Amino acid sequence: MGKLRGNLLPPALAILFSALLCGIALVVSGANPLRAFGAMVSQVGEGTTAVDIVNSTGVYYIAALAVAIGFQMNLFNIGVEGQYRVAAVVAAVFGGSVALPPGIHALAIILVAAVTGALWAAIPAILKVTRGVNEVISTIMMNGLALGLAAYLIRADVFGELRGNNIRTPEIPSSGWVPGIPLGSSGTVFGLVFLAAALGIGYWVMMNRTRFGFELRASGESSTAAAAGGVSAKKMILVAMLLSGAIAGLVSMPEILGRDHTYNLNFPAGIGFSGIAVALLGRNHPGGIALGALLWAFLDKSGLALDNVGVSREIVTIMQGAIVLSVVVAYEVVRRYELAAEQRRVGRQLGTVEPVGGAA
Amino acid sequence: MTALAEAPLTVVPPQRKRKIPGWALGMIGVAGAIALLSTTSYLTGVPQLTSTGTIQTAVRLALPILLAGLGGLWAERAGVVNIGLEGMMIMGTWGAAWAGYQWGPWAALIAAAVFGALGGLLHAIATVTFGVNHIVSGVAINLLGAGLTKYLSTLLFFPISHNPRESPAVPKFDTYSAGGLSDWLGSLEADQRVGISDVAGILRGLVTGVSPLTMLAVVFVVGSYLVLWRTRFGLRLRSCGENPTAAESLGVNVYLYKYAAVVMSGALAGVGGAALVLNPGNPGYLEGQTNGRGFIGLAAMIFGNWRPGGLLGGAALFGYADGLQLRSGGKTFLALIYGAVLLLAVLVVWQLVRRRWFAAATGIVAAGLLYGVYYSVDEVPSELTAYAPHLVTLVVLAVASQRLRMPAADGVVYRRG
Repeated sequence: MGKLRGNLLPPALAILFSALLCGIALVVSGANPLRAFGAMVSQVGEGTTAVDIVNSTGVYYIAALAVAIGFQMNLFNIGVEGQYRVAAVVAAVFGGSVALPPGIHALAIILVAAVTGALWAAIPAILKVTRGVNEVISTIMMNGLALGLAAYLIRADVFGELRGNNIRTPEIPSSGWVPGIPLGSSGTVFGLVFLAAALGIGYWVMMNRTRFGFELRASGESSTAAAAGGVSAKKMILVAMLLSGAIAGLVSMPEILGRDHTYNLNFPAGIGFSGIAVALLGRNHPGGIALGALLWAFLDKSGLALDNVGVSREIVTIMQGAIVLSVVVAYEVVRRYELAAEQRRVGRQLGTVEPVGGAA
Repeated sequence: MTALAEAPLTVVPPQRKRKIPGWALGMIGVAGAIALLSTTSYLTGVPQLTSTGTIQTAVRLALPILLAGLGGLWAERAGVVNIGLEGMMIMGTWGAAWAGYQWGPWAALIAAAVFGALGGLLHAIATVTFGVNHIVSGVAINLLGAGLTKYLSTLLFFPISHNPRESPAVPKFDTYSAGGLSDWLGSLEADQRVGISDVAGILRGLVTGVSPLTMLAVVFVVGSYLVLWRTRFGLRLRSCGENPTAAESLGVNVYLYKYAAVVMSGALAGVGGAALVLNPGNPGYLEGQTNGRGFIGLAAMIFGNWRPGGLLGGAALFGYADGLQLRSGGKTFLALIYGAVLLLAVLVVWQLVRRRWFAAATGIVAAGLLYGVYYSVDEVPSELTAYAPHLVTLVVLAVASQRLRMPAADGVVYRRG
């Protein structure tokens, strides 16, 4: 009960607080917050919104898992942003230039994406292990380089082709597509949303039911204590970062294999940073992350309805930022409160502190 | 026995005498950079490397990086890592545009500082008071800053500029030139004499069309050095970044100093945003205008080993690379790669003299690779040149991370005990 309260109360408070904050912002700017919120909720039933939310949840879920693996090892993989971008370009180019039988083609593309993501993450990992370079700075720099590399690779004279106003990689032939679940006029659920779910289950099993997951968490909690138990922190850093990168490489796969079939200039940016937020919201727990991803997707997609009621939909981004900041503050406050409560309890039991209530 | 075995551990390593003072080292660095550029310019036949126009553009582009880096310096010297510089800078750009189009450039500066400082205050509340992880708070502030400015510009700029992503045009500062000196240097530069013309071009770029903002930035750099290293306040502030517990035990109010440092950091980042808006090449606020410059500022600070002088060097390098690419494109940028090969050659000789064979060998391989690039391509694609600072930072971190020294308690959450 106490544990559940400790885990659920902070996010609930944070969401309420952020909603309140945005409500005030809306009132100040002359809009009706209740009407805005009503528009967002009713938008879920409109057109393809519900399906879009599911698809988007899958994407955020994968990104957040990638971040969470790093977090377990006390690693800040800010570089998910760059890893998924480079992986998407390379996989799209690969998929568009080879001919393979259906199924195998898609598998090969997914594999290439994962390997590319892992390789991109390997650079900061190796720098950290061999040269002691802080991964936060190096992954931020890798993000910049990823943008440049992606822009270069899709140039018309490199691998890309010009289509109207857009530049894109050659289209992946239909043998490389992953079919979705068509729901008529409400859109199509990406087939690879199930990949996200499978990754979540795999993540849970790996963290909680394998020796590797145990060593990873132990090393993250205290690398010196783990080292005394025979776990090499360097190896764990390397493996965690590579795994994180590999999963990050899959982030754009649902969209590319399920809908776009190419990488183009409209490629979504910022999913990596959203992934960090979602992982924080879900406290690295696969279930929590799923809820966080769902919330994020809901805010993103339903926010489109705000334009209809005369509210700028950027309020949603403010809300997302406010949620991240207030949720981490809330977790910290609850942690301190419980720590103090624990100290008082132990103190009472040991009799070193004057009993406060009628305990003794 | 044990005393014998332990003896070497207790011996203080012989202090390497630092014969050259810091300012002289800086002068040598500047002289070396000029010599390198003029040699490169001579050997590759690319006069734009040291032309007035390139230097002017470089200064304008270096300003935001420099100011953001100074912001990072203040925060990190007090032990707070500030990844949120980017967000604070974005808020600064918005504030500058909002105040600037109504009340002119000076109001823009002040509003930018206030908006950035608000971001800093938020970061301070989260990290100092609530003990949130600094990186997490920074990432959240980046999200928040971007969202807030988008919302506000749709609300306030859209009715005037009819574009939610753009502000109305912002009036710029008047620029000042050192009249006679500038003309004389111009005639020297036009002579195209090796060395002299290069120096003249660089100097002319520095004294022609100088905006008050540039002067202000120089004042900020010198001022930051004096305040942080030459005053009691600065000593205490830096002690919070090195060992907050010790500082607290000596009566320093660590929380207060951290707050002051992070708010100042936000204000400086905000002014960095204003430098973007007030750049004569831009009409005003533009969504996505900062384009990661807050992160580059952070990189420049690390490049400069958490010191103002080094930061200035880093910002100058990154701004120069940016300006060169913007002014004259990828062909000229290629000359810079040639320059890097020359620099590496000098470094290799230096390592050979010091008998560091491995470092020298690595240098030779790197130089060979770079020369291969220079030899085989005609121009560096513009998509890649924009990210040269990122690459340089990675290389510097990889090569020199052992010699860089960040504040000892940087990024560590401190709780008053």
